[in-house]
This record gives sequence, structure tokens and C-alpha cells, in this order.
Amino acid sequence: MFDTLSDRLQTALGGLSRKGRLDEETVTKAMREVRLALLEADVDFEVVKEFVAAIKERALGADVLTGLEPGQRVVKIVHEELTQLMGAGDSKLAFGRPPTVILMTGLQGSGKTTSSAKLALLLRREGKQPALVAADLQRPAAIDQLEQLGRQIQVPVYRGDNADPVAVSKAGVEWAKHNGNDVVIVDTAGRLHVDEELMDELARVRDATKPLNVLLVLDAMTGQEAVNVAKAFQERVAFDGLVMTKLDGDARGGAALSVKAVTGCPIKLVSIGEKLDQIEWFHPDRMASRILGMGDVLTLIEKAEAAAEEGEQEEMERRMRAGEFTFDDFLSSYRMIRRMGPLQGVLKMMPGIGKQLDGIDIDEKQMARVEAIVLSMTPHERRVPHAINGPRRRRIADGSGTTIDEVNKLLQARKQMAKMVKQMGKGKLPALPPELTRAPRR
Amino acid sequence: MSRTWAELLGDAAGVVDDEERTGFFGRLRESLSKSRRALTDQLAAAAFDAADDESWERLEVALLRADVGVPATAELVGRLEARGEIGSLEDALAEEVERLFGEPPTLAVQGATPRVILVVGVNGTGKTTTIGKLANTLREHGRSVLLGAGDTFRAAAEEQLEIWATRSGADLVGASAGGDPAAVAFDAIEAGRARGRDVVIIDTAGRLHTQTNLMAELEKVRRVIAGRIDDAPHETLLVVDATTGQNGLQQARLFAAAAGVTGVVLTKLDGSAKGGVAVAIAHELGLPVKLVGVGEAVGDLRPFDAHDFARALISG
Repeated sequence: MFDTLSDRLQTALGGLSRKGRLDEETVTKAMREVRLALLEADVDFEVVKEFVAAIKERALGADVLTGLEPGQRVVKIVHEELTQLMGAGDSKLAFGRPPTVILMTGLQGSGKTTSSAKLALLLRREGKQPALVAADLQRPAAIDQLEQLGRQIQVPVYRGDNADPVAVSKAGVEWAKHNGNDVVIVDTAGRLHVDEELMDELARVRDATKPLNVLLVLDAMTGQEAVNVAKAFQERVAFDGLVMTKLDGDARGGAALSVKAVTGCPIKLVSIGEKLDQIEWFHPDRMASRILGMGDVLTLIEKAEAAAEEGEQEEMERRMRAGEFTFDDFLSSYRMIRRMGPLQGVLKMMPGIGKQLDGIDIDEKQMARVEAIVLSMTPHERRVPHAINGPRRRRIADGSGTTIDEVNKLLQARKQMAKMVKQMGKGKLPALPPELTRAPRR
Repeated sequence: MSRTWAELLGDAAGVVDDEERTGFFGRLRESLSKSRRALTDQLAAAAFDAADDESWERLEVALLRADVGVPATAELVGRLEARGEIGSLEDALAEEVERLFGEPPTLAVQGATPRVILVVGVNGTGKTTTIGKLANTLREHGRSVLLGAGDTFRAAAEEQLEIWATRSGADLVGASAGGDPAAVAFDAIEAGRARGRDVVIIDTAGRLHTQTNLMAELEKVRRVIAGRIDDAPHETLLVVDATTGQNGLQQARLFAAAAGVTGVVLTKLDGSAKGGVAVAIAHELGLPVKLVGVGEAVGDLRPFDAHDFARALISG
């Protein structure tokens, strides 16, 4: 695994004083690490060079804030600059006199068809009435794929009987207009940016459909090639924004920075999973964190907010402040976490914990046993955990199909969690309780 | 001279070989000439001088730009520096890259039939297309082929493979959407055996290497295959998109751990991407590249040739 930038900087600058200003030597050392980190994140070579030069200027003579290591200070500056650079420009889509046409373009395999369907679903949920046009006449069964996706998300799909994508696109837009759809998403065939003929065809599709939004769909795993691709698509179809796909993997997605820097076009959407609702509007600060390998606290907070039911959150907060943590809290926080998705994914987003998780599998089955134990307790036992004596432990173990040993472990874990909760109430990040992890399988 | 299919498959040389030898490099050169390549041009234009720091820097930049990555670039540059006298940079680098890639690999299609090839990779790298082209070429080289549509996840994946099966004259064993890919693998091998097919190629759904449950599914597919034929799968090919950056290394690492990858297929080399991540993969994991995809046509899947690849890497 790559080291995160903060770890690398900590190592490189570890011996330096915590006070005063960042001097020339410190900054030069730090910039070397920043450069390597960005290259490993697949940021374009030239972009790295320019970016590092700009950062260096800002970092020189910057105050080292109290409480921050020099390395953390540099990370903060890099993060701020990255966020600013990627955040410039409008990340919203343009909507005009209906139907608004959105043209999806990109290389083969970048995820155009799936992104088209995801975008349609996102817009439908935001109150629009989208239609899809299957204009990828190149890849075998691409039209079938879009049609199946359209059925899943209940969005109409136009398929033409013409072999010319220009004619199909045009007819599709007309068809959607006739049906009263206010947004039309045109899925085109993947093409290489060096293929003159197909790039020309794409320009003709654009001219025929007059899209308000031309989107370039780009795989987050793309390497140095991203810049060539973006430049070529910009030259030929003048795209307005970027859709980054496959961000659910562990690619750092440095291509996002490269493309933004080289074309000036904002990133509009990010695709973060295989399910059709896993697409989001772009957040530059999160992308900056990702490129730097810093975890994704904001997404986590948002997920937690979405998962917590009304009132539940305030109640939790009140209890946490009071330093209380009963088995009832245990159960509700446990269920809240379950609603946020697979535990591994949730924990990965927490800074610091992501690294602890390297090579460790979270045992989801173990979690289910834990739930069974709590459910075998009486309401009184859940509220007043210290009332659970020997005979009660035996009864709980029998009731949940576990052993007394496991029940004891859980009682122990609750005590630890109560401590953690107190710390969290004071604004500290907890360490992962060892009960929830196990050694790697291999 | 480029490697031929006969060499890759371990067959006696055929008549088409001479024509084939110029094929890959010619094609690659042609496609690369379309791309912008300011830096590599610079590298080629300015004579390489081992005493000149700028020459070394230009080389480093060219390799980094080709996605070779920092560690493998440092390794290659280190090896070249150790040589002292460089002579022609192109030849010297080609030799070093070739050494890194090791002995020219073969595709394990000789031996008791059916031979089983499992094809894996992340989403959108071109697994299904690669299988279609491979099936076609194997047919041309006298093998009967059966395809197993193990991508039960992506909408219309089976339809796509079916079209390729028809094109290449291969049999197809399918499944219902959302079905169990291990069951498809099982059925495909049984059918391949019963019908006396030489090669069974099993497609799988694209999956990100970080999805632990899907990687476990892949392990299961592998186990089921091994349960039917002792030494199968005889090949597990990881399909990597040449435009992939340093994440390709992580892909290779995790797929190798879950599915026992025996070789890499580097696709989409017909763009301006150089596929340098394959060097990083070979350097760090010792996995050979066996095949390259250099175009959309059926004949555009070619045996990998380290020498050609190395030259293309810096010479455009």
C-alpha cells in the first residue's frame, strides 16, 4: 500500500522543531515527498511540477501553528491548495429550455453507460423527468445494457433502428421532446481520443443534439494519459465537465486534478459504487483528501447523518456528552452503523483507522453474534449493565446461542466503548476496539 | 522480430508467422504516431549522453509519463547507470525492460484437454472483448473453444459474449442474470469435457479489487474450477487497461492473491497510453504480460513482445 502523504511527511520532517516558521530546508524536503505522493496518485507530471512550485512559495515562511507538526502544516497547505484548485468552476449541470440534452462521452470502459443510467436516476429523484438515448452502436449489446438499466430505474430508453449514431441521437432527442421529458441523456460509444474518424463523429453528434452539458466520463484509475485524453476531447467536443467513475476502489484519482488543471473544466459528478444510486455531486475537499490519502471524514459524517433517524442523533449526542453508554445505546449505534453500509467501508473512511485496517477483515458475522447477545438481555439489563451477574450471563449466553466467554467479552467491550464515547464527547477520535477485528485470513 | 502466436501457444511455426512478426510493432508504431508525444520526441531528438544530467532527467520524465511509476523508473534508471556505457538508449532500455520481464511467456494451452482459462479484472478493462478475440485466434490455430458467460452481474454481458461466440465460432454456456458465476464455471467445464473442446474460457464480472466479498466470490470460482480438473485453471489472465496509472499495481497484487493470476493482458494500447504500469507490475510482482490489445478488430489481440514494448515506451 502507498503511504499516506501525512505519514511520509511525518517521517521526512520528524526531527524538525515544532516551533517557528517553515524554513527553506524543511520545505525542500517536504516538497520532494509531496511530489512523490502526487506522482503515485497519478497526477500528471507537468501538473505536479507546477503545483509543487506554487505550494513551495506558499509554504516558505508559513507559520507553524501551535499543536501542529511541521509535516501536518504542510499537509494542510497542500490540502487547501488542492481543494481550491479543484473546486474552481461550477459543479452543477446547466438546465435550459426543455429538453436539456446531456451528452456522455469518453474512452471505452470508462463507465459511460452505467453513469448515464445513474445520472438519470439521480435527476429523476431530484424531480426531473429524464429519458435515455442509446447511441452506442459500436459495442456489442450496449443498447441491451442501457435498456435493462432503464427498466431497473424506470426511465424510458430510446433505441433507434438506424446504424448512424448521429441520426439515432437526433431522433432520440426528438422522441424525448415529444414525450415531454425535460432531460435527455445521450449515451455514446466509447472511443479513443486519437481516433480522428470517431472523434469527428462525436462532434457531429454534438452538433445534431445541441447539448447544454457535454460530460467526459473518466475512470479514476487513469494514469498519465488522462491529460492527453482530456485535451483531445476538449479540442473536439469542448466538454463542460467531468464525471469521475470507479471511485469506490482505492485509486487516488490524481487524474481529476490533472484534467482540472489542464482544461479548466470542473468535475461535476463522482461515481462511487456499482449500485445505480451510487453517484454523487462532486466535493473538492473530499477529492483533495483522497488524492493525499487522508480518509474521508465528511462523507462519513454525511452517511452517519443519513443513517441516523430523526431525534436519534440528538439523543445519542446528549448521552455521549453525559458519558453514558448502555446496551440500548450500543444497539442503536450498532444499527445505525449497519445502515451506513458494510462496516469495512465505513471504517476505511475514518482517518487513522483506514491504515489500521490494512490486511484486517472486519468480521461481519461476529457483529451479528454481538447483536444476538444484546437482544437476549432484558430491558433492565440493557439499561443497567452492571446488574448482569453470573446466572444472568449464563441465561444470556443460552438465549443467544453463544458462550459465557463471549458474553463476558461483550460486557468488557461495552465498558471500553463507554470510555471511547466519553473521549468522543470531548472531541477525540477513538481507537478501534480489538474485539471487532481479527487477524488477516492469509 | 515480434513474437508470434505459434510461439505463444507452443505450436510448431506456421506459414503466417513472417507476416505476423512485423505486424505488432508496425501496428503499435502506427497507432503511437497518432498520439502527441512531445517529451518522447525530445528524448529521441536529443542524443542521449550518459555524462549529462539533463539526459537522465529526460529519460526519467519519459518513463514517469508512460506510467512506469517511481520505483520501477528508479530501478530502470539505476540499471542503466550501472552499465556505464549506454550506446543507443533505445536498445539499452529495451534490453533492461526485457530482462525485467524475464523469459518470453507461453499460454498454457498444450496438454490434456480441456484447458481452462479464467479471465479476471476490474470493470471496463476489456475482459469480454479480449475473450472474444482470443477465442477467434485459438480457433484459427486449430483449437475448438467453449466460452463460459460468468459475468452474471453486468446488464447484457452475456449478450455481448454471445455475439463474440457467434463471430468466432465458439460454443457458449450461459446463466441466468444474477446467477452464480461458480455454477457457470462448473457447467462450462462439464460441457467442454462432454463436447471434447480443447479450450474453455471463462469470463467473470468486472470487480474492483477492493471489494472483499466479490474477490471472495472469485476465489470460489477458482476453487470450483480446480475441483473439476486438478491443475485447472491452467491460465488466469488479469486484464489491465493500458491507460491505468499506478493503481494497476494494486489491482495486480490483490487479483493475484485472490485468483492466482498467471499473466497480464494489456489492453487499449492503440491509444496514446504506453501501458508502463505493466513494467511496475513485472518489477514488483514478477507477473508476465502475455497478450496485448492494439485495436478494435478481431485480429488486434497480439502476443506480447517485451522488446517491441520497450522501444514503444520511449520511442513513440
